[in-house]
Amino acid sequence: MAPVVAALDPQSAFVQACYIVSFSLFILGIRRGTHPTTAKQGNLIAAAGMLIAVATTLALKGIGNWGLIAIGMIGGAIVGVVASKRVQMTAMPQMVALYNGVGGGAVALIAWAEFRHFLALDEPIPLDTFVPILFSMVVGSVSFWGSNIAFGKLQGIISGQPVKVPGQQVLNGLLLAGILAACIVLGIDHDSGPSQGLFIAVLIAAAILGNLFVLPIGGADMPVVISLLNAFTGLSAAAAGIELDNTALIVAGTLVGSSGTILTLAMATAMNRSVPNILFAGFGALPTGGAATEERPVTSISAQDAAIKLAYADSVVIVPGYGMAVAQAQHAVKEMANELEKRGVDVAYAIHPVAGRMPGHMNVLLAEADVPYEELKEMDEINPEMPHTDVAVVIGANDVTNPAAKDDPDSPIAGMPIIEVDEAQQVIVIKRSLSPGFAGIDNDLFYHEKTSMLFSDAKQAAADVAAEIENL
Amino acid sequence: MPLITEITIFVLAAFVGFEVISKVPTTLHTPLMSQTNAIHGIVLLGGLIVVGLSNFWLDNLIGTIAIFFGTINIVGGFMVTDRMLGMFVRKPKPPKDETQPSDEDPKKDS
Repeated sequence: MAPVVAALDPQSAFVQACYIVSFSLFILGIRRGTHPTTAKQGNLIAAAGMLIAVATTLALKGIGNWGLIAIGMIGGAIVGVVASKRVQMTAMPQMVALYNGVGGGAVALIAWAEFRHFLALDEPIPLDTFVPILFSMVVGSVSFWGSNIAFGKLQGIISGQPVKVPGQQVLNGLLLAGILAACIVLGIDHDSGPSQGLFIAVLIAAAILGNLFVLPIGGADMPVVISLLNAFTGLSAAAAGIELDNTALIVAGTLVGSSGTILTLAMATAMNRSVPNILFAGFGALPTGGAATEERPVTSISAQDAAIKLAYADSVVIVPGYGMAVAQAQHAVKEMANELEKRGVDVAYAIHPVAGRMPGHMNVLLAEADVPYEELKEMDEINPEMPHTDVAVVIGANDVTNPAAKDDPDSPIAGMPIIEVDEAQQVIVIKRSLSPGFAGIDNDLFYHEKTSMLFSDAKQAAADVAAEIENL
Repeated sequence: MPLITEITIFVLAAFVGFEVISKVPTTLHTPLMSQTNAIHGIVLLGGLIVVGLSNFWLDNLIGTIAIFFGTINIVGGFMVTDRMLGMFVRKPKPPKDETQPSDEDPKKDS
């Protein structure tokens, strides 16, 4: 084959065709992602699209500085490979937040470099390039810093509780207004040498806004924040595509923007809250102690009693939540389910749309433990079956099972659709203590007469129960 | 490219995105997010163009960091998605295997 790829003209039909192939593969890849059995292939198709796009760009006329390009790409590849090999499935939300952040950071840096490029040319910057530059700089920067804060919260480096400063909304509003005003000033100066100092000031203001925007949001709402920031990064990448005249970037960025938007809206619907409410209400700021300290009787049981209840049931529904992820209990839970299935018990898993810290988080964990995806039931599918279920086992889930969402119109989570475990014949809740969930509200389910509490670490409890069932 | 062409591409892509992505089931939302996340790493192209065409140290520095970030985003994103989806692929568990195991070994994926 030809040893050297001829330098390609960026405007040539061949280059454009390569980018078209590339974005078509992205769409095809996502399209294959609609079924668990084809999704892996879809991911490879999308990766092939990326390879084509990168290779085409590297072959463009005039591309030099190979040393720096190699340093950046090899360094990035090493970090990416190591991180993705090491990360545990339970830590996936943090990982996605981090990858999202670096993407946003790259967009903001490219916008800055493009701006400098025009300054160096000493020509007026056309507005149809300058506006996308400003947009991608601001949004990319917000996304970078916001994602880092989300990462910190999920990783436990920063408190998951909403961090509230008085007047924060006002401050954020002022920052945003200031950023917009500065962008307009820069835009007006587009033909007379806009100030780079002001540009950098906006970059920094956007960074501060990204931090302040995510800090007051509680840990339980991080899935919404991450998918929103994902949409932001996507849209800023699309804007970068407009400033660089690159169709692959425009299409890819827009696809990501759509996906982030859809996921954000889907999750907000699942919580029966509006997106602005999630972002600005500082939910979870409610006092967690105080009001609910009255002692109410709970029924506590041992692993052995739980095993008996489960082993003699006909049908069992397992309701996992973030606690299962934290305790790394998915394999132990699967063991327990195996023991039950050996005895002919019908086992299903009920997955609430916002269980965990990411949409579909529970599905990934259970898939890791080899639970067949057919056994994972969505909320709407499982709720009608709850009254015929003998035992519902709640493992590390809390707010998504709280009957107050249905019964108490004053509850902060009123109207949020829940997995109706209180409709089952009996309920076993595996939990370390009676402490409230991220929403910071007491769960009436724990005090219900049907409910038995098994106070233990989720992994330990599931392993104990599995052993007890085996010994019966 | 005229701005209006680019906006046309943007709008059409948004519709395609909404159509395709609304069909992804909840089960696969985490891998979907992770995969689309990897796709926006395509901003790497911007970094390549910046570094490839510049020769001033600050632009080189900014661009190299952008390339570094973009590559993490792409490589890490696709690999981690692949790992996750590998766990889904394995087992379309034969539902009625108690009566007679017709297939000895479920076919390994090629």
